Amino acid sequence: MKDSMIRGADIVVRSLIAENAEIIFGYPGGAIMPVYDALHDYHDQLRHVLTRHEQGAIHAAQGYARVSGKVGVCIATSGPGATNLITGLADAQIDSTPLVCITGQVASHLLGTDAFQETDVVGISMPGTKWNIQVRRVEDIAPAIAKGFYIAKSGRPGPVLIDITKDAQTNFGDFNYEPCLGFRSYRTHIPIEKSAIQEAAFLINMAKRPYVLFGQGVVLGGAETELKAFLEKSGIPAACTLLGSGALSEDHPNYVGKLGMHGNYAPNMLTNQCDILIAVGMRFDDRVTGDLKRYAKQAKVIHLELDPAEINKNVKCEVAVLGSCKDSLALLTAAVNKNTYPDWMAKFKELSDQEKATVIDPDLTPTKPGLTMGEVIHQVNKYKADDAILVTDVGQHQMISWRYFNYKKPRTQVTSGGLGTMGFALPAALGAQMYDFSRQVICVVGDGGIQMTIQELGTIMQTKAPVKIVLLNNNFLGMVRQWQQMFFDKRYSFTELDNPDFIKIAEAYNIQAQKVSVRDDLQEAIEDMLIHDGPYFLEVVVEKEDNVFPMIATGCSVEEVRLS
Amino acid sequence: MKRYTIFVITENFIGILNRITIIFTRRGINIDALTASESRLEGIHRITIEVTASEDTVIQLVNQIEKIIDVIKAFYHEDESVVYQEIALYKIPVSRLDAGLEKIIRQHNAKIIAAEPDFVVLELSGHKEQTQELLEILKGYGLLEFARSGRVAVAKRMLTIDSFVK
Repeated sequence: MKDSMIRGADIVVRSLIAENAEIIFGYPGGAIMPVYDALHDYHDQLRHVLTRHEQGAIHAAQGYARVSGKVGVCIATSGPGATNLITGLADAQIDSTPLVCITGQVASHLLGTDAFQETDVVGISMPGTKWNIQVRRVEDIAPAIAKGFYIAKSGRPGPVLIDITKDAQTNFGDFNYEPCLGFRSYRTHIPIEKSAIQEAAFLINMAKRPYVLFGQGVVLGGAETELKAFLEKSGIPAACTLLGSGALSEDHPNYVGKLGMHGNYAPNMLTNQCDILIAVGMRFDDRVTGDLKRYAKQAKVIHLELDPAEINKNVKCEVAVLGSCKDSLALLTAAVNKNTYPDWMAKFKELSDQEKATVIDPDLTPTKPGLTMGEVIHQVNKYKADDAILVTDVGQHQMISWRYFNYKKPRTQVTSGGLGTMGFALPAALGAQMYDFSRQVICVVGDGGIQMTIQELGTIMQTKAPVKIVLLNNNFLGMVRQWQQMFFDKRYSFTELDNPDFIKIAEAYNIQAQKVSVRDDLQEAIEDMLIHDGPYFLEVVVEKEDNVFPMIATGCSVEEVRLS
Repeated sequence: MKRYTIFVITENFIGILNRITIIFTRRGINIDALTASESRLEGIHRITIEVTASEDTVIQLVNQIEKIIDVIKAFYHEDESVVYQEIALYKIPVSRLDAGLEKIIRQHNAKIIAAEPDFVVLELSGHKEQTQELLEILKGYGLLEFARSGRVAVAKRMLTIDSFVK
């Protein structure tokens, strides 16, 4: 054995350091123990956060990745450790979040024998990963990690899983780290076709009522400045998807609101009145489009998209501009005429005023006694920092927070969009906060979702991550209850919750906590929370049976959006 | 719905076939036949998939297959634009070999590729319709076993895989 040889487990850790990983989230166990042993030697270079469940580790890595733009890293052991990552992998896959997950695996001579804590994690995780691999030899560890990081962060980002057998971790090998710079079956750079830009510009320059829909692709491509420049020159109104929020400040004059099932009234209604629809880095999710047969049929669609598999998947387009929207938006900005659309903009204003009067005002400044979720977010807006990060779980509170939170900066929106994973918020907020303790991270959760991963309060306690947790408690699985009310004759089947004393739980974790149930106490409580140095738990008891509007019911068209 | 041949040019890595087939199973689309072999370039595999679907669906399948990291290129063709062949083997008891069967073998251009004390094995290459026709006839001759391969195919257009493998 040469002196230069090191253990596979050390190769794992040194490879992560070589990839500039600063922090990893994980949970130890038998098959990953050699890596944990190695971590002990490198804790000054690579911080490890011990979560209370592997699902917490991967959601934390997702939160970290979404806020930082870097690759999130998590590690787990074989068998149950690995299977507990699956929800997070599926979530990261559908929301294009760059992750590298490392799992331990039983020794290679035991593979396929139903050994203790053996599971076919490469098989199980295949549909939920951008790429995965099993490493059985020490010499393959570093190349696999290099390739994994490259795949996770390049092109359309996504999660990667690397399963490493225990013998590969304990065997000795040379360590010469070579980062991956590309390989033949995977092309990340798509040059923009000039003819597509010309066609798109031609349509836009002829348009009377053009309309931009932007999604997370703008954030992932770092194209916020290009989007803004394009909108300012072209004068086109723009609406965002759930994950597109933050790509353009909501204070921008071209910003007209949010799309989809619980988006704003005008952006949904006017989708069916525009003549040119310019989709930028978004994938026409069914929660955005409603009934596809009645979606923007009058419009010619221009689709700026990096992933060829998204073109014509849900909505047929007239012009596809393949490639990074950072490149295509810049070219398109140069090719379009400077313009304004005052009449068309006025239509958005007119419908927005209707929404304000019927939905927004009663939500934000209610006159009835019970607290609304909307007024809580309204108060948060008053005191939050411009670059505060909002992390939400899934359900009514998610839609209300999204509707009313005032997004001003990119990468301030962290939520489970595509998969709709309840239990996402608390660990994701921890991960987001671990990236930067100086940023405000506000975690809004419901009483259902928080109980799916409430154990991560322990991780918040141990790391002292100053996450501000706002629990909107209506003692219901609110979104399901809303659907039961609207579509199932108010048959509230298993949606009412008998909840624990959340304040006691938070205090048991040594987290400062406060409960608010009347309007007069709300403002001060939110101020107290946001100025508090350290983690904080604020429970707000809200109206039990409030609904989220506007709403496009399943199977309805965007123009059938209901205000009540 | 039409019959299409999908070609997938891929790196030879473990699990790649699984990654491809789950794209079909996810949408509930049946693969009619599948063959995999090494291509004429070392380390590069070629998978041929026969599927019955609408063209829109096939385009989406091909796009999603091509998105797989280790897939180099995927494309699809209608039956008219590929030259394809399948091979079928038929096991017949020796006791049923007679002049009638000999005539059938000649007519169908089949050949005997193995003769054992108890049985003979006939081979026929062709399109499915041809191998199926012989199958129906041989059922009347005490057919013991039958096996048919998936389609092997080459495209009619003059484009080689070298252009994708740089």
